Amino acid sequence: MFKTIQTTCPYCGVGCGISAQVDALQHSVEIKGDKLHPANFGRLCSKGSALGDTVKLKGRLLQPIVHGQTSSWTAALDLVANTFKRTIDAYEPDSVAIYGSGQLLTEDYYVANKLMKGFIGSGNMDTNSRLCMSSSVSGHKRAFGSDTVPGCYEDFEHAELIVLIGSNAAWCHPVSFQRIRAAKERNPALKIIVIDPRKTASCDIADLHLPIASGRDAFLFNGLLQHLNQQGAVNSAYIEAHTEGFMDALQAANFTIAQVAGQCHLEIAAVRQFYDWFASVDKVMSLYSQGINQSSSGTDKVNAIINCHLATGRIGKPGMGPFSLTGQPNAMGGREVGGLANQLAAHMDFFNADDIDRVARFWGSQSIARKPGLAAVDLFDAIYAGKVKAVWIMGTNPVVSMPNADKVKHALQRCEFVVVSDCISNTDTTALAHVLLPAQGWSEKDGTVTNSERCISRQRALFTPAGDAQPDWWVITQVAQRMGFAQAFAYESPVDIFREHAALSGFENAGQRDFDISAFATITAHAYEKLQPTQWPVNQNHPEGTKRLFANGQFFTASGKAQFIAVKPCLPVNSLDAAYPLVLNTGRLRDQWHTMTRTALATKLNQHRPEPFVEIHPRDAEQFGLSHNGLARITSQWGQMLVRVRVTDSQKPGNLFVPMHWTEQYASQGRMGALVNPVFDPYSKQPESKHTPVNIKAYRPAWTGFMFSRSELNLNNIEYWVKINSNSVYRYELAGDTLPPDCLVWAKNLLHPTDQDDIHWQEYQDNGQGQYRVARIINQRLESLLFISTQRLLPERNWLSSLFAQPEITPAERKSLLLGLPPAGVPDVGAIICACFNVGAKTISAAIKERSLKTHQEVGQCLKAGTNCGSCIPEIKALL
Amino acid sequence: MKPRLVVIGNGMAGMRTIEELLTGAPDRYTITVFGAEPHGNYNRIMLSAVLSGDKTLEDIVINNRQWYVDNGIRLFAGEDKAVMRIDRKNRTVIARDGTLAAYDRLLIATGSKAVIPGVPGNTLEGVISFRDIVDVNKMLEYAARGQKAVVLGGGLLGLEAANGLVQRGMEVTVIHNHNILLNRQLDQHAAKMLQTELEQRGIKFQMAAKLKALQDDGNGHICAVRFEDDSELACDLFIAAIGVRPNMALAEAAGLYCERGIIVNDTLQTYDPGIYAVGECIQHRGQTFGLVAPLFEQAKVCANHLSEHGVAEYVTLPTATKLKVTGINLFSVGDFQGDASAETIQFTDAALGIYKKLVIKANRLIGAVLYGDTADGAWYQELLEKQENVSALRAVLIFGKAYV
Repeated sequence: MFKTIQTTCPYCGVGCGISAQVDALQHSVEIKGDKLHPANFGRLCSKGSALGDTVKLKGRLLQPIVHGQTSSWTAALDLVANTFKRTIDAYEPDSVAIYGSGQLLTEDYYVANKLMKGFIGSGNMDTNSRLCMSSSVSGHKRAFGSDTVPGCYEDFEHAELIVLIGSNAAWCHPVSFQRIRAAKERNPALKIIVIDPRKTASCDIADLHLPIASGRDAFLFNGLLQHLNQQGAVNSAYIEAHTEGFMDALQAANFTIAQVAGQCHLEIAAVRQFYDWFASVDKVMSLYSQGINQSSSGTDKVNAIINCHLATGRIGKPGMGPFSLTGQPNAMGGREVGGLANQLAAHMDFFNADDIDRVARFWGSQSIARKPGLAAVDLFDAIYAGKVKAVWIMGTNPVVSMPNADKVKHALQRCEFVVVSDCISNTDTTALAHVLLPAQGWSEKDGTVTNSERCISRQRALFTPAGDAQPDWWVITQVAQRMGFAQAFAYESPVDIFREHAALSGFENAGQRDFDISAFATITAHAYEKLQPTQWPVNQNHPEGTKRLFANGQFFTASGKAQFIAVKPCLPVNSLDAAYPLVLNTGRLRDQWHTMTRTALATKLNQHRPEPFVEIHPRDAEQFGLSHNGLARITSQWGQMLVRVRVTDSQKPGNLFVPMHWTEQYASQGRMGALVNPVFDPYSKQPESKHTPVNIKAYRPAWTGFMFSRSELNLNNIEYWVKINSNSVYRYELAGDTLPPDCLVWAKNLLHPTDQDDIHWQEYQDNGQGQYRVARIINQRLESLLFISTQRLLPERNWLSSLFAQPEITPAERKSLLLGLPPAGVPDVGAIICACFNVGAKTISAAIKERSLKTHQEVGQCLKAGTNCGSCIPEIKALL
Repeated sequence: MKPRLVVIGNGMAGMRTIEELLTGAPDRYTITVFGAEPHGNYNRIMLSAVLSGDKTLEDIVINNRQWYVDNGIRLFAGEDKAVMRIDRKNRTVIARDGTLAAYDRLLIATGSKAVIPGVPGNTLEGVISFRDIVDVNKMLEYAARGQKAVVLGGGLLGLEAANGLVQRGMEVTVIHNHNILLNRQLDQHAAKMLQTELEQRGIKFQMAAKLKALQDDGNGHICAVRFEDDSELACDLFIAAIGVRPNMALAEAAGLYCERGIIVNDTLQTYDPGIYAVGECIQHRGQTFGLVAPLFEQAKVCANHLSEHGVAEYVTLPTATKLKVTGINLFSVGDFQGDASAETIQFTDAALGIYKKLVIKANRLIGAVLYGDTADGAWYQELLEKQENVSALRAVLIFGKAYV
């Protein structure tokens, strides 16, 4: 019995529509892009395409757990409500906090925010969106008086110049990137400029790449403002009619191109080229992301960019404008409800007493919070200091993702009461919880999300909930009721909440607030169920939604005029020194999402970059004695990390890059958060995750190895381990300091401590070369294997991995098993390049050679590689 | 008139030399051959197969009498044609029946004799060795009565004999003075696998056992063996397979210099320049021989000198061993233990009964033991003989030539 359900992808902020063909009996789903959804028109990236592989129940949290024991919902909810209430009574409302996530649905977010700010009476509701785009929020508010993304995705197709700033959209927003790629293919006149210290995959389509020094973007855009003015490219009429503060901004931006180039470590000609192109065409889009936001001056950088658009009047019309590429599927929805600690609700704020009064009246609350709460870094510091005594973490993994993450870990360890709502049982954060509440996963949730272009889409349940998992809104509502707020939390379904959220957005809103979806205030359950993607505002004036804002030059500031901000460029807070001479940059990979709780479940997604790594320029690698594929320990003042080395000239000398994804569940020492400095932007409180001074040193283990096992193994005593999931087996990459004298015995014990029966084991050792290998085979079925080398001589893993997918191995395979190479005559596909169609590098190279393929399109026709999400096209091109 | 070549011994080494000679210099000599067995020339190493019933005597004949005729060779074969004396002064040999042959060149290929243990009762009826057709026929007689046999010696020959006898329906116990079977060919691991497999075939083992005496049944026939600890094991047939000793009595009596065997130089020449010797009767650079491969090499070198090409030199190369027991694949060559400076590569797959060990020294293969999968034995032997540097092959070495 199949049914097709339209829903929304749970990964990045592009917010792609999905058409899911669900087989409820088999608990399986076939994922396709929704051809009608305006965010993607049928396209999906590698992560979205693999969603079907992530809906399995393995690893799910299925029951409430209290102090390590399974519990009933009633008991767990009573405990949470009573403890929060008791804590508030004994201390004050600010002694408790909720830390949410851009993965929560708007309805969940709304009730969480309402509970904390409206009824508990504390501003301590913050979210991981703080780490993601809070600088954009601040920048938008300073410039526009509202947190408004003016444009939409369609503008990509109208633009004449697209500037990607601090955004590797090719990997982080692949479907939008493919849309830009397609626009450029259709219109070769469209110029693409990438501004990023790294030569990322996004540079594949760039006409110009500016490898800017880390954190210097404000110099570059101040210089641009100056240049636009000098070249007469500013729109004086627009400035006059619709803005304020231009002269101050210009004065602060008093740099020559040479000065800019010097500050940014760029070539003068390249800067000039960028400026000239920017000045020469009207339809310019500035797409920016974490490279701008995650900075101690992120808000200023956002404004430095917006300044240039205001000065040229390039905003609110097709093909132009600043455009924040949001990181999370519902970061925007979180902002709508007021999920950040400095927001109140529905784009209303604490600094406005009328807003507080208005929301209090709407909610019928006597105890509404009157000042902002603690933002993420401060919040966990307050937990550490014992000021916040009870915290409820929902759908996020701060022990991994926060800066100074070891301190966050200690904070939670010493916190009196930690509640974690999650759909995954074992995460670095659930490990520290007193109460675990089973949340519904993406495939079970029902509600709405809003993407980067203000488009509200439905996320619909594909399956009945697993185990005792409950919707987050229900759980929060239940706690609220038990805390004595039953009347204000009488919701029975998501649509009840959505209606109230919509009503609040329109409450006493005669156009003063941008966020207005009052058209949905009376939406029926049926209409909600059928709701089609709609861009806000959606109100009486715009019942079908709104593509673009600010076309009329009217802004949401007190004066109705947009504000230039005089930006004085700042360097990152912590500067390099002899002890920490390198800049650490962090970011996303193509095939992983956040802390891997979901993506790591999909075999395909674990092949692109199976291990945590550091990218380093060849010159630095030489200076620090690092070799490609070796291991290195990175240290900062705050923590350390042990990772694989990738030497690449895509990295700027003096800069390191590490992925943000690995956790203690998947690697012994792969949490990048431990390294990152806990400093943040004064306006947005967004941490400076893109710039931490670090040092790096080669780690030279006594041995390296890898292991495959059908069951998970405990590897506490091994210095370096990484776990890589696939359908039928866990793969571990290993390295260690000591190897016992009887290595094979040790190896067999590691794989299976109780199986001493010789008949199950195949063994190989070369004591002269320090090679030790064992495999456990039962009735021709491969159960586990371990390869160890003291000289880093190890075979590739692909073929060995494939053997675990087979019910039996053949005699020929058995014979060459511990060699690690396919039997003579069987080709090796090599490392997987195209995750969507599982096509390996060796297969692609062979086809290129045999069939004389010249372009990635030809490779695609031949092997399908690169024809779905397209994010592997740069790698295919590299093979060509 | 052509010079005369006389060969004492119609066995594998002597006749291989003649074959080589006929190939290289067919008309150089008038050839006379003396043999103590009344047959043509047969493949002695296939006697195990005859015993086990896998082959018949006809199957293992190399050269029948017609071959001698066809090649103009005078053959004196049989017990009364056994050579009794070499008269170096007159350059003649004399057989038991008085047959006399003069030579210009003499080739001694008298082979070896089985070692019979020096314990009381070693001359009893039913105490035999495993050297020739006569022995095989005797064993078959006992086997036909389905009695108990004891094989002394867990070497190649002993195990082949034991296997043959078990297949012929006898109850067989192998007595070995070591706790490792084939201890000159196998390490402990491989030996254990072999023992297990042979036990599954019905052969019993008394390992690390010391023989004290052979018991008389009162009629001059063996009825039991007695061990050092005075325990006894009943038997009707006792086969001594504890090695061979070069058969050098004739040479010694003729005044040729002998030690453990007839001493020869690198051209297989004895101390008498007119007399050559090959095979199990010789001692070359301190070494004596019991396997067929070096014998054939000696034959080649010796024929080269007899034909007066005079360029070849004999070098003893490590010899590979195989156990001729159907269904058991075993291969051993070179120094399979190695010393402290040697490195070993090992592979085992217990379920498949496979064990391989390669010993490497200074990047050269110096020894190999293969059990269960001997497909690459010849390759290893080649690498070992050529002393090739195996560094580049090392990763795949034990997995076989197919991966090179």
